[in-house]
Amino acid sequence: MLQITNLHAGIDGKEILRGLDLRVNAGEVHAIMGLNGSGKSTLANVLAGRPRYTVTSGEVLFEGKNLLEMKAEERAREGVFLAMQYPVEIPGVNNIYFLKAALNSIRKHHGLEELDAMDFLQLAREKMKLVELDESFMNRSVNEGFSGGEKKRNEIFQMAVLDPKLAILDETDSGLDIDALRIVADGVNTLQSEKHSVIVITHYQRLLRYLVPDFVHVLHEGRIVKSGGKELAMTLEERGYGWIEEEVAAAQ
Amino acid sequence: MTTILDTTGALQKVVPPQNDAEPQRIATIRQQAAERFSATGLPTAWDEEWKYTSLAPLGRIDWRLSPGSVETADTQGASMRGRAAAELIFVDGHLLRSPSDISGLSGAAGVRLLSLSEALTSSEPAVERWFARLADYQRHPLTALNTALAADGAVLIVDDGEVVDGFVHLLFIGSGSDVMSHPRNLIVAGRNSQLSIVETYIGSGRYFTNSVTEIVASENAVVSHTKLVRESPDAFHIGTTQIHQERSSSVRSHQMSVGGGMVRNEVNVALMGEGASLVLEGLFVLTGREHVDNHTVIDHATPHCDSQELFKGILDQQSRGIFDGLIIVRKDAQKTNSRQVNRNLLLSENAIVDSKPTLEIHADDVKCNHGSTIGQLDEEAIFYLRARGIDEAEARSFLVDAFASEIIDRLPFEPLREWVRRGLFEQMPGRLPERREERP
Repeated sequence: MLQITNLHAGIDGKEILRGLDLRVNAGEVHAIMGLNGSGKSTLANVLAGRPRYTVTSGEVLFEGKNLLEMKAEERAREGVFLAMQYPVEIPGVNNIYFLKAALNSIRKHHGLEELDAMDFLQLAREKMKLVELDESFMNRSVNEGFSGGEKKRNEIFQMAVLDPKLAILDETDSGLDIDALRIVADGVNTLQSEKHSVIVITHYQRLLRYLVPDFVHVLHEGRIVKSGGKELAMTLEERGYGWIEEEVAAAQ
Repeated sequence: MTTILDTTGALQKVVPPQNDAEPQRIATIRQQAAERFSATGLPTAWDEEWKYTSLAPLGRIDWRLSPGSVETADTQGASMRGRAAAELIFVDGHLLRSPSDISGLSGAAGVRLLSLSEALTSSEPAVERWFARLADYQRHPLTALNTALAADGAVLIVDDGEVVDGFVHLLFIGSGSDVMSHPRNLIVAGRNSQLSIVETYIGSGRYFTNSVTEIVASENAVVSHTKLVRESPDAFHIGTTQIHQERSSSVRSHQMSVGGGMVRNEVNVALMGEGASLVLEGLFVLTGREHVDNHTVIDHATPHCDSQELFKGILDQQSRGIFDGLIIVRKDAQKTNSRQVNRNLLLSENAIVDSKPTLEIHADDVKCNHGSTIGQLDEEAIFYLRARGIDEAEARSFLVDAFASEIIDRLPFEPLREWVRRGLFEQMPGRLPERREERP
């Protein structure tokens, strides 16, 4: 589904990703862990097409198509979803109205008929239950006045409605209490299937108890330096990252 | 007499029209106003209150008064007949009899809607009491010009305790050909009464509209006032709203400008009785070389009054917008609660906005704050919307619409919201692709 080869990218002229390789097949859950500054969020933003981030070399194929040539909205329509680390508040833009426009632009892209208000509301209600969002969220502005946990749940709610092929969760677990964490994980687990893949970017092993990864990767100085199964996350939780840095230093 | 100024810019004497039907008192007022204007002429850039708007281009045109013989008019979809409780249509300052419709008010005892020309020759006591008593023609040259030359306008009198359902619509159309008009309206809400009045200004070609609307909110009256301006790109519009509030009255005034070559919205509010409250809101959406100057003065003359002012501007291309707002809190106006905010969105590097919120406080126990912002669309928000599949143009339109909606959504009647929203789309076709449907 996703094939990243020797990706070099950065922001404001500063190189952050330095030759990153990653392959995600359909149906897989990958966790990417690493210290602050290792390039986790840069990877997420580069994949989503955030302006200001520049790719200097390398290739990213999404279902065989060159993802880096697409605009952010085209990536979304192709099925890439980024649950943002810091969801932005957009006063005056209605949550549900915006999401309906988003879903319909994606459906249109795939040659599907646009959903009318009734059908959309039905879908939205169903998905809101999934993330235990109150119906009053429908009438509020996007993320405006939401608590940290509500913002993250709203991200997962949007993901559930838009039904992407590849969901990238950028530190969605940061700052969440255990209940919110469970809700987020349940939301992702419901979506995840043999056709859907997930990349979980996180600092903490905690989320991975509920959202079990097939692969865990350690990102260090812009490259993946170690990969393993779910047990690698446990090891990182117990031993920290120091031993990996030592391994990397020794290998050089 | 036809012109205000001759083409060299020199002042010409203004002489009010001779109308034997008007009582001597009115003739005297007109004469005084004419003399006043003849003495001062148009304001210049030396006048602090006119520092952002030059009337020199206005003064260079050889304006003439309409004889008032028009019988039909292009209402450009602005007529709200059937949706307003009553509608009066004026072309170049003269009442158009046939499409005007006051049937929705007939039968309501204690509610009178007349044309100014009728009212001035009637024995209506409210006219005698209030006409030309509020808008100060000694201080404001354009009010003087209006007072001297006003041919017609609307007079709405709502007696004590009466409630008018829906809104009364006054539609003023400029038909071009260098015609000037001076609409003059008087709205009097009696004690414990309630009314809603809407003024709409539209037109085509080059014309000059110089309107004055005086509004009296008597004790405990509730008044909603909306001014909708969508003048032609070649038009000059100077419109004064003069509001007088008595004890415990509540007034909301919305000043909406979605187009016009040169527009000045002048709002003067006097809070003259304890416990009066005012909401003054405005939106100006400009493109091309349009110029809109919002000039407001809120005078807290008595204690315990509340004023909430919010003006928002959206400026594209080479347009220029101004918010120049003054709040005066007099020495005796203790416990005043006042807030004044102006927010502007610049969509083009060539657009200009001047924002000058000003507080002048002479009392010592008050709560007042003011603020102003000028910014562009939030790029983070645009990316957020795009990352969900919405294309960039639509993302921008969402944000512009959201910015404007804060004001539009608070208009008191759906036809007004519709009209402004349509104006918003028409002002920025490239930036605001028409919505496929209304919001849920």
